Amino acid sequence: MDRPKIRLDKKLVDYARQLAKEITDEVQQMIEQHSTVSVERTVLRLFGVDGVTDDQIPLVNVVVDKIKEWEMLQDGVAKPFVNAMVVLDKSAQQIAEAIVDGLDLRSLPRASNEKINMKMLELSRQSLETISKKSQQREDLLKELGDPPQPYKYLIVATGNIYEDVVQARAAVQQGADIIAIIRSTAQSLLDYVPYGATTEGYGGTYATQENFRIMRQALDDMARKVKRYVRQVNYASGLCMPEIAALAAMEGLDILLNDAMYGILFRDINMIRTFTDQYISRLLCAFSGITINTGEDNYLTTADAIEKAHTVTASQLVNEQFALKAGMKSRLMGLGHAFEIDPDVEDGLLYEIAHAMLARELFADYPIKYMPPTKFMTGNIFKGYAVETLYNLVSVMTGQSIQLLGILTEAIHTPYLHDRYLALINANYVFNNARHLGREVIFKKDGFIEKRANQVLREAVDLLEHTRDVGLLRAIEEGQFADISRARDGGKGLEGVFRKSESYVNPIQDELEKRLGVKK
Amino acid sequence: MNTDLRNIRPYGDQSGDGAVQLSFTLPLQYGPLAREAAKRLCENMGFQDITIATMEDIGENFTFFVIYGKTTASVDASAIKVVAPKFKKMTREQLDEVVKREFNRRIVVVGATIGTDAHTVGLDSILNMKGFHGDYGLERYHAFKVYNMGAQVSPVEVVKKVREVDADVILVSQVVTQRNVHIKHLTELMDLLYAEGVREDLLVVVGGPRITHELALELGYDAGFGAGTTPSDVANFIVQELLRKYSR
Ligand code: B12
Repeated sequence: MDRPKIRLDKKLVDYARQLAKEITDEVQQMIEQHSTVSVERTVLRLFGVDGVTDDQIPLVNVVVDKIKEWEMLQDGVAKPFVNAMVVLDKSAQQIAEAIVDGLDLRSLPRASNEKINMKMLELSRQSLETISKKSQQREDLLKELGDPPQPYKYLIVATGNIYEDVVQARAAVQQGADIIAIIRSTAQSLLDYVPYGATTEGYGGTYATQENFRIMRQALDDMARKVKRYVRQVNYASGLCMPEIAALAAMEGLDILLNDAMYGILFRDINMIRTFTDQYISRLLCAFSGITINTGEDNYLTTADAIEKAHTVTASQLVNEQFALKAGMKSRLMGLGHAFEIDPDVEDGLLYEIAHAMLARELFADYPIKYMPPTKFMTGNIFKGYAVETLYNLVSVMTGQSIQLLGILTEAIHTPYLHDRYLALINANYVFNNARHLGREVIFKKDGFIEKRANQVLREAVDLLEHTRDVGLLRAIEEGQFADISRARDGGKGLEGVFRKSESYVNPIQDELEKRLGVKK
Repeated sequence: MNTDLRNIRPYGDQSGDGAVQLSFTLPLQYGPLAREAAKRLCENMGFQDITIATMEDIGENFTFFVIYGKTTASVDASAIKVVAPKFKKMTREQLDEVVKREFNRRIVVVGATIGTDAHTVGLDSILNMKGFHGDYGLERYHAFKVYNMGAQVSPVEVVKKVREVDADVILVSQVVTQRNVHIKHLTELMDLLYAEGVREDLLVVVGGPRITHELALELGYDAGFGAGTTPSDVANFIVQELLRKYSR
């Protein structure tokens, strides 16, 4: 192992995990009772419904909205929809198109339960089969081309135009990037539908669409073969369409999805129940298709102080871990997040950063944890910013981080220019190479500042988790315990898309996923 | 040193040497052609003594340059009028005192990041108790009653709030500026304020890292505050501008 060790209070670590488990157990019960419009649209997508109406409304939205209007949604879309497929002997796509053209599912005779169930099972198995194949292809390519050394160098492109993104991504891979993420267009996370087709207009990012996923996948695979190094593709799931994005990512063979159990609630003011329910289905899909999730704890430190609130990162990582376990995720897919966000003016800030980075590394020893760069204290002084990035890269390679989102010297100004990315890679390549085995040589002084600090943050995290267990996670969020942001349980966007499942609710995709992942009690 | 304000030039190593550093990328394959193209481009921009400090192949037929050159251009700084929000700097206690005396009530402030923009840290640092870099936020003043609406607030919601609390001041934050989305948001709000007939009664101020006072005035706002703004600047401006407004 090329990283140093840090002694954490073992009992406290176990206790922290136990608390996080209890906290999420309670929320999971609530999740079980609910479904959302996005979950239902996911089912339709996986059944094979695709495309948009003339007004650019996805067919899956039209169908779910109709079924809701017909007051049939509480049972789930699967049954009435598949019934139509059976009695009319048509494909999922044809039924969806017929609904757009005015077919009223209430007017149809009912096929036998047996027939419907068989058809639902068949459709679910087919779609999971397709996804399995896709993820097998990914594994094969990874084996063929080889995995680059960690920390993986992760870069973002965000031109707004997918074709322009491809040019920038290709250049970044040539310069040494291991992971390419396309930042989404501003506020896509608040759209209650997934836009369609290849897009060339975006604000601060490019729309996440199935076609855009496909275009970028193709480009990255081409480049990967050229540079003989596997290149990972990332997009963002958190938002109102978490499970749908996960389904599309699974179909198109993405490697990593930003997928946080609380990000939407805290940073996008999305309703809690909506987010918790959506993240569960979305993570079942990630677990099944081998997509690594990246959580968004780094964001906490942009609204709250990175030293004062370091423990909220740890607490949230533990909560995210437990939610992921409930969705059948293995630790090798849990890219829990943290960040280098301490005010550069703080004396010994570097020691704090090392302590925090070691805490995350040690708590989640074999997880592909994701380290985020300085952003909040990056300023228009790009030269100083570049120096700060150097320390960030040094801490990462020394403490053995897994996924390194490279800092960009123009962070405070614009989304990265072509050469901003190049300079980021120069910095990371230099530091990673120059200090490749530094971690082997480092021993932290017993009871020294770093070790003490890491244990102190852990203790504070335990205090927060204890409180959260006592009041419940929903209440803790209402109190503003995470990121200093308070959200009400009956507030937020997307609440109207949440519904209570009836006794006869069916979701064959979810059932099949849970069965295969072995998560159903 | 004696500076001739009418003839200002960049200073590198000596007065008036006009030294400038720049960097950019050209969509040309790394090689002699790219080098010559970069040099000519700099000449076209008016630079002389051009040194290509480095040129690097950054892939996909792009070349990155760091270049030093000297400009012969100069600027007459004595003829420039800068626009900035006007106020004298008073302490928090003084402002509280003035407001008590002159208004005999608290000034009602509504703050919001409007449109699709989700950034709140800048606005919060102006409004929240804690403030910015040790300079207390408006909530700390007796002079103000603050309603912080947070981010992604629509202009309609702002107007509703303004009516509800009978606001004197609107503080708008805009951080995302890509594709001029902030201009769109700010115009929408201003149009609505006029349409609803509330504009004239209000002081409307915008802030954000890419906001300038000039831009704010162009868009019909009373003031614009940029990067590094402190809450006390904003507090002073609000109080003094309202006094000016009411005395008119
Ligand atoms: C923190 C942050 C976030 C957080 C915001 C959390 C929150 N609740 O605020 C999160 C992670 C959510 C976020 C999201 C995004 N962000 Co952001 N973010 C930042 C970051 C790192 C720091 C901003 C900050 O907090 N600065 C600290 C505060 C104190 O500074 P300030 O905002 O400038 O405020 C000061 C002054 O401007 C002024 N001021 C500000 N508002 C007001 C209002 C009034 C009335 C007054 C008087 C003064 C005033 O006073 C303040 C104190 O001096 C910046 C990069 C950077 N270093 O600047 C990017 C940055 C602003 N983000 C950016 C982008 C593009 C986004 C996204 C669109 C990315 C995406 N595609 O998803 C999303 C936005 C989603 C959306 N719908 O808006 C870009 C904006 C580029 C541009 N010019 O348009 C930046 C510059 C990063 C980058 N290089 O790409 N972001």
